[in-house]
Amino acid sequence: MTAIAPAADQGSDDAGQPALRVADLDVTYRVRGQSRLALKNVSFEIGRNESYGLVGESGSGKTTVALALTRYLPRNGRVSGGSIGIDGADPMRMGAHELRELRAHKVSMVYQEPGKALNPSMRVGRQVAEVYEVAGLSKSDAAERAAQMLGKVQIPDPKRVMERYPHELSGGMAQRVVIAMAIAAEPALLILDEPTTALDATVEAEVLDLIASLRAQLNTSVLFISHNLAVIAQMCDRVGVLYAGELVEEGPAAQLFAEPRHPYTVGLLRCIPRRGQRKDHGRLDSIPGFLPEPGHTLPGCIFAPRCPIAEDQCRHAPPPPFTTGERRTSRCYRYQHTADLPRNTPVDVELRAGPEPGTDPVITIRDLSKTFTPTGGPVQALRGVNLAVQRGETLGLVGESGSGKTTLARVLLGLTSPDPGATVEVAGQAIAKDAAHRTRQQLQAMQIVFQNPDSSLNRRHTVRQLISRPLTKLAGLSGPRLRERLMDLVRSVRLEERHLALRPRQLSGGLKQRVAIARAFGGGPAIVVCDEPTSALDVSVQAAILNLLADLQAKEQVTYLFISHDLGLVRYLSDRIVVLYLGRVMEVGPAERVFSGPHHPYTEALLSAVPSLDGTRRSRIRLSGEIPSAADPPSGCVFHTRCPRRLASGICESTEPPLAEAEPGHLISCHIPIDQLASLQGAEAVS
Amino acid sequence: MAIYLLRRLGLAVITLWLLSVIIFFAGQVLPGDPGRAILGPFAAQSAVINLDRQLGVDRPLITQYWTWISGAVHGDLGISYQYRTPVEPMLVSALANSAKLAVFALILIIPLGILGGVLAALYAGRAVDRIISLSGLSLATVPEFVSGIVVIVIFADGLKLLPASAYPGPGASFGTQLRYLILPVVPLVFEFFGYIARMARAGTIEALESDYARTATLKGLPRPVVIFRHVLRNSLLPTITVIATQVGYLIGGLVVVETLFNYPGVGRLIYNAAMSKDFPMLEAGVLTIGAIYMVATLIADLLNTGLNPRLRTGVAT
Amino acid sequence: MTDILEAPVTDVARAELPSWRLVMRRPGFIVGALILLFWIVCALFGSSFAPHSAYAQQLLATNQPPSAAHWFGTDQLGRDVFSRVLVGARSILLVAPLATLLGTVLGTALGLALGYIGGALDAIVGRLVEAVLAVPAVIVAFLFIVAVGASATTEILVIGFIFTPIIARTVRSAVQVESQLDYLAAARLIGESRRHVMFAEILPNVMPTVLVEFTVRLGYAIFTVATLAFLGFGVNPSTPSWGSDINANYGVIAAGYWWETLFPALAIASLVIAINLVADSIDRVLAG
Repeated sequence: MTAIAPAADQGSDDAGQPALRVADLDVTYRVRGQSRLALKNVSFEIGRNESYGLVGESGSGKTTVALALTRYLPRNGRVSGGSIGIDGADPMRMGAHELRELRAHKVSMVYQEPGKALNPSMRVGRQVAEVYEVAGLSKSDAAERAAQMLGKVQIPDPKRVMERYPHELSGGMAQRVVIAMAIAAEPALLILDEPTTALDATVEAEVLDLIASLRAQLNTSVLFISHNLAVIAQMCDRVGVLYAGELVEEGPAAQLFAEPRHPYTVGLLRCIPRRGQRKDHGRLDSIPGFLPEPGHTLPGCIFAPRCPIAEDQCRHAPPPPFTTGERRTSRCYRYQHTADLPRNTPVDVELRAGPEPGTDPVITIRDLSKTFTPTGGPVQALRGVNLAVQRGETLGLVGESGSGKTTLARVLLGLTSPDPGATVEVAGQAIAKDAAHRTRQQLQAMQIVFQNPDSSLNRRHTVRQLISRPLTKLAGLSGPRLRERLMDLVRSVRLEERHLALRPRQLSGGLKQRVAIARAFGGGPAIVVCDEPTSALDVSVQAAILNLLADLQAKEQVTYLFISHDLGLVRYLSDRIVVLYLGRVMEVGPAERVFSGPHHPYTEALLSAVPSLDGTRRSRIRLSGEIPSAADPPSGCVFHTRCPRRLASGICESTEPPLAEAEPGHLISCHIPIDQLASLQGAEAVS
Repeated sequence: MAIYLLRRLGLAVITLWLLSVIIFFAGQVLPGDPGRAILGPFAAQSAVINLDRQLGVDRPLITQYWTWISGAVHGDLGISYQYRTPVEPMLVSALANSAKLAVFALILIIPLGILGGVLAALYAGRAVDRIISLSGLSLATVPEFVSGIVVIVIFADGLKLLPASAYPGPGASFGTQLRYLILPVVPLVFEFFGYIARMARAGTIEALESDYARTATLKGLPRPVVIFRHVLRNSLLPTITVIATQVGYLIGGLVVVETLFNYPGVGRLIYNAAMSKDFPMLEAGVLTIGAIYMVATLIADLLNTGLNPRLRTGVAT
Repeated sequence: MTDILEAPVTDVARAELPSWRLVMRRPGFIVGALILLFWIVCALFGSSFAPHSAYAQQLLATNQPPSAAHWFGTDQLGRDVFSRVLVGARSILLVAPLATLLGTVLGTALGLALGYIGGALDAIVGRLVEAVLAVPAVIVAFLFIVAVGASATTEILVIGFIFTPIIARTVRSAVQVESQLDYLAAARLIGESRRHVMFAEILPNVMPTVLVEFTVRLGYAIFTVATLAFLGFGVNPSTPSWGSDINANYGVIAAGYWWETLFPALAIASLVIAINLVADSIDRVLAG
């Protein structure tokens, strides 16, 4: 073991060598006897202490890159060309012993689900200490170093945490432990594969901060893989954009996002609502078409079939990497024309009446509480929620996981029964709590678009069956009228007639979600609940779905209850916002008022946790501590345990603040008066 | 933990009670007239009535059930129709004999099954895996008497290496007893090897593919450490439960093996009782088997709970 | 070499072809199906192409070893073992599939109800299922057969009823997995009846499980029928039946007449293995 350590030091002293050099990397998977190229000609370098971001949608091959670097490809995958150099050494040309040494000292990896990355039957401390044991330390020394390392990733009371098992840790805590393990050996290269995707926004922000501060302390280069452009923009010096296994564009992060030079990057960026962009300002753009089939080879540019500015040569010869600026390349013949790429979706908005002011609300909720009683004791998922929603309005529901967003939706729909005493009225009429007892008209009034179409569409039914069923059951149509309405719906969600005979597994994610939307609109609902309708989809598909939802609303005058963890989307689509925390409403108000503030300290924290693409970071207020358990909510204001603006008087700990009108139509549940909130939050924003 | 234990115990008792009702139904109610069943269709009606009274089966069903079950709870399992002696001592000595056979079988089955399964998982998709998986599956579904006959034909009849009967007679030495048990154990090993191997294989493959196994490998740990410390620790826990349920099914195999090899165990006792319509003996035997199964699964559950930190600390997620 | 040991074994892509074509491609399935087909032909037409009568006793030619005239030799009554093996396929291939079908239909219906409706019904029936499962199937079977007397119908009913809870348990857990999915909530929201949800929404999705369960149980049914026959609970001793032929002749193995039991034993083994090859192929293709 002692013979190894100097060799590792030697490597990191060698400043001339990049931490990672990937040259012309090809990776092939063998699937049912056929070879499929998953990565083609991928080349990039990461310098010492540099942070390099790899962005791409699902199927782009970004995880394959990480697996190839650690030589952990699935058995049917192999590196079929090119070379890898981690600190100058190629893992593909190593024996078992060298490979183990490389993994022990030079490269480590953190991946998406922290809970799964830890061995469930081993104490956390032992798992961290193992890294030091591999390096030759004695058990007690290793444990000592492990405790120090856990302290370094800002885990309070490391000695106690070391005694725990992984299932006793929260997601954020578990990811800190995994990061501690990954950096313990001070590797030359740290690979982070979607490290915060499974975490809540507030926790994500903390973990990202941690990674940034560790980078400053350690002599480690980072490969940061993510689908989230904003996270990459915030965390990385340079960025590479992967599309269908090819690196289509590369450059310094700020420049690349400000002036993209590849049509794919341009399209991707246009799919995301910019801060402050709203549905009535204009529609999001989208990228037409689909990813090429895996293994499908095109003679020319891989993006040509979806590219609005493709020319003949694009379809015949693959473009080489063009140098488009200092340290910038783009595999596009027409990179000079990307700035004025024509839009796929016209900007103009269909005329929208918006919520009808002064009319009776379409849905009214009073005193809604929901207590689940699992074996561990009662858990209050919702408490005392009162809401009224106007016709044609979009009400955005935001909050961390466990805040009660989905429970609220399920209770309204009659899928979960509320505690006694609650009333739900649709158009002034109280309706049954259980969907099974609702009349046809009541069922017709309220429908839902679920998060995951793979779950919400019966995979054994055809698209025709799926969309027709509500037309028969709820709208009572049959024969030619059914057919007519069916085709009408299919057209309005922009599906085609040929899709009708297909089953869900034959459709892409976006098309499946269109089927789910068509089904929800089939009965002519007054209210549609959208429960994270785009979070299972890629960015480019998400934009098209959001546009579709906006168009349908304008056309059908339907009310949306829009649930999302993505504040950007909520802001884009919503007229009013409800902020939930531990089942309680913290704040309700017009979207612009809630977002621009003054707002509840919790809303403030949620907003400041969101990374933004333009790099203009808001001053961050950090939430300390973990989300408390809903089974044992804190006394007084439930948010006081994490509140950065908690009052010294002790009132926050003792008394629950009422949800009071701070300004017309804007309700906040906080002991701090709104003008004081305004000055507090305004002051921070300036500094 | 204590609550879980009590709950688990309570459920086992309820299940056992239900089983007793089913057995009573099959043994006392379905045959209609036990006297007639025993004496045959040509016996005089008066003799049948006489026998029914003697057996107590002319009383109301509830009374009969109560007498039977309250006796069973106190260890009084009734009088054998066939031997006219209490059931209990015969059952106990048969159980002792079966236990020898079963323990011998389990000592072979458990390590072999786990080893086979783990090997198959480590070489998943390759020749070793195909051989272990397919032969395990085939052996498991061939009835014991078929494989029993094949080994008798080869080893007892053909090569004359081992006795075709399992019972050396009373007072034989341990070594002799073991020698006599070798052939009967083979069909039992065949029967259960495949199933346990299959479970161990599935669990191990799942653990091998897990993120935590990847974490361990990418830490640079040596392969044996990854396998033993990270993979097997997690993959073999569920196998324990499987083994316990198999202990129950092992007894089903004993009925056949003990009959084929002429071994005085509980399987042959139940079989003989069934052939001679000795219902008290049959009911007692079946109830005992059910109880053994219940205890085995209970122990497995407790072991599983005790060894699995996620269950031990009782965090409900 | 190291990569084989160090890499996970998952395939990246899932099945794309229709699954029955993938099943047909597996060598295990082809071998199993051919053997199964052979025994089905024997069960249907065995008596018309068997070289000898399966019943005719030749008391002057008892216990003859295998020869050109009697490929598998003759038994204690001088009957041709080869012909009895061919014709003997009938009894087992009549009882086992019908029993399995009965158990599968009842078990699937029960499993759907337990998994979807749940609640008290699930708790009560769940206990009952546990109680039946606590005793090996063979023992439960002969407990009932002794009680009501042996016949083909009894055997079908008893084995079918024993399989019902076992299949119900498997279907129930498959239904519970489905119950987590949102399409059931979507069905409730358009006012579908319970029956529609159970049979039109859930059933098609658990059919793969039911199919695998049917093939696996068929193997066990063969096992159980053969074992019952071997133990002497068979239908009729003179009817050719592998299990009862073994029962009748295993006593004379010691005298060296091994062919009288070995060939029926191998017939059982081949049938059971064939069914398992088919079951395993279907299972593997469905598992992806």
